[in-house]
Amino acid sequence: MSLKRLLAVFLARNKEFLRDRAAMGWNLVFPVLIVAGFAFAFTGEPTPLYKVGVFGSNPGNGFFATDHVQFIAMDELAPAITKVERHQVDLLLDTASRRYWVNESSPRGYVLEKILLGSAQGEYTKQVVSGRQIRYVDWLIPGVIGMNIMFSALYGVGYVIVRYRKNGVLKRLKATPLSAIEFLTAQVFSRLWLIIAVAMVVFFGTNLFVDFAMYGSYLTLFLVFAVGAFCMISMGLVIAARLASEELAEGLLNLISWPMMFLSGVWFSLEGANPLMQQFAKIFPLTHMIAAARAVMFDGATLAGVMPQLLLLAAMSAVFLAVGAMLFRWQ
Amino acid sequence: MSALIEVDNLVMDYQGVRAVDGVSFAIERGSCFGLLGPNGAGKTTTVEILEGIKQPTSGTLSYKGAPLDASFHHEAGIMFQSTALQEFITARETLLMFQRFYSRSMSIDELISACSLETFLDRDTRKLSGGQRQRLLLAIALINDPEVVFLDEPTTGLDPQARRNIWELVRTIKARGKTVLLTTHYMEEAYELCDEILIMDRGRIIAEGSPDALLAEHFSDVVLQLPREDFTEAAQSLALTVYRGNETVDILTCTVTDTVKQLLAAGVSLDRLRVRSRTLDDLFLELTGKELRP
Repeated sequence: MSLKRLLAVFLARNKEFLRDRAAMGWNLVFPVLIVAGFAFAFTGEPTPLYKVGVFGSNPGNGFFATDHVQFIAMDELAPAITKVERHQVDLLLDTASRRYWVNESSPRGYVLEKILLGSAQGEYTKQVVSGRQIRYVDWLIPGVIGMNIMFSALYGVGYVIVRYRKNGVLKRLKATPLSAIEFLTAQVFSRLWLIIAVAMVVFFGTNLFVDFAMYGSYLTLFLVFAVGAFCMISMGLVIAARLASEELAEGLLNLISWPMMFLSGVWFSLEGANPLMQQFAKIFPLTHMIAAARAVMFDGATLAGVMPQLLLLAAMSAVFLAVGAMLFRWQ
Repeated sequence: MSALIEVDNLVMDYQGVRAVDGVSFAIERGSCFGLLGPNGAGKTTTVEILEGIKQPTSGTLSYKGAPLDASFHHEAGIMFQSTALQEFITARETLLMFQRFYSRSMSIDELISACSLETFLDRDTRKLSGGQRQRLLLAIALINDPEVVFLDEPTTGLDPQARRNIWELVRTIKARGKTVLLTTHYMEEAYELCDEILIMDRGRIIAEGSPDALLAEHFSDVVLQLPREDFTEAAQSLALTVYRGNETVDILTCTVTDTVKQLLAAGVSLDRLRVRSRTLDDLFLELTGKELRP
């Protein structure tokens, strides 16, 4: 492999993308518009439904039979406490040790505490936690960035290579000493750094006016987005391997990207969804990238904590790259 | 001169059609070799096999006496019939990108001067005129200082000035000792540039030789051309080989003096008579027929 040739294609592709102001602008503006729209739409008070986490057995009577309160069974205590800190659960009860946790800045936690104390449920010891609320718009940020990465990766590589093949650019390159692996590597890395750069601009840009929560390491989050982007670029290479019709490529890309956008948890959590759908969603790299990004941002997950998702994305990338390289034809 | 490229019994089947059917020829080093033929004759397929873009179904191809290998791409310059370039990059950046593909290359300045690229070097490739684009593509084909240059219909769609400009560039390439393989639909172009031509039809070679030798081999007559209204009724009864066009009448003859005497005797005015030799256009139509090809 010649680094000089690889670099030549890499630089040319970078210039092509950066100078295409319409495409570049859309890549930057589209996610910002979505975040701004949701920030505007969800600034009001959410639906007045109380959520109480229950660690241990649920007696089902007294306070536990209160109307308009959703009681959610918690398997582990530490993550459950984190949910109280993030306002994802308004109150947490440990029925075995007879303790309860409430966020001191949560109005709904305050109301629930009063109901609990007035319900003659018995003695519970108060545990106070603090932490800011995870709003829907906070929760949406990694999803929107992930979706933008997905579209940019699939279309920026898949569609562009098909267009190159159709209009003869690939045929011209084939007539040079440039090898297929040099060409593909340049395409992958050119798109990868551009996607990451755009994702960073969107991430920090939206943070200026949304001020979303971030409990984990920026470096870990960077790694999650980088590995996820790499995986989806590799997926784009599979689409681009042989097709010479832009229409067919667009159809296939839509067939992949739209289900991925709706089933990977970009817009809503899959926690309450049909278990079969939850299992199906795991075939999409976007599902794992978004889950890992949310874990880092809102649960403060460490590198070790998101390692399963990273390894899965890396394994998917290896499969996609192998298939894409094996199928690739210049013409 | 010795053969730079030799082709022996080349066959190419494509989707159930035999596009190239047992073609054999040799291209001499330093020559300009023209490959002609109507649409669908198999010339582009043949050229793409020579360029290493396509693999033949059977037959052998050698470059400098050996089969083509990866090093061939370092020594060949190619200008395809239709090539898109990456968008949003300038002519200069395109040249620099292609320059980096090769271990050896001509200097960019030399190429700019040779192909007259100065005026549009920093222009986006999407905004080049047809002639500018062809000059840039020719410069790209020359960037590795190739031993052999493939030019597939380099002047199609260009105006006469731009066409002649490309012809001059091809002559310059040849003067530098390079071998040129040219495909074209313009017979005048082939006559002007080629040392040797090969005419293909339906995948087979139907004529091969230097343009003058081919014309001498196939034609011994000349064409006397008259305006249709000058060709009198009396002349129409003469025993002459005549082709009537919409505005002119072509008379084919090997004995110009006798024919002219016959025409004068039939009261034909020769004031507007034109005499021309047979051309490659005539030869091409004679060999491949006049019916329209798909």
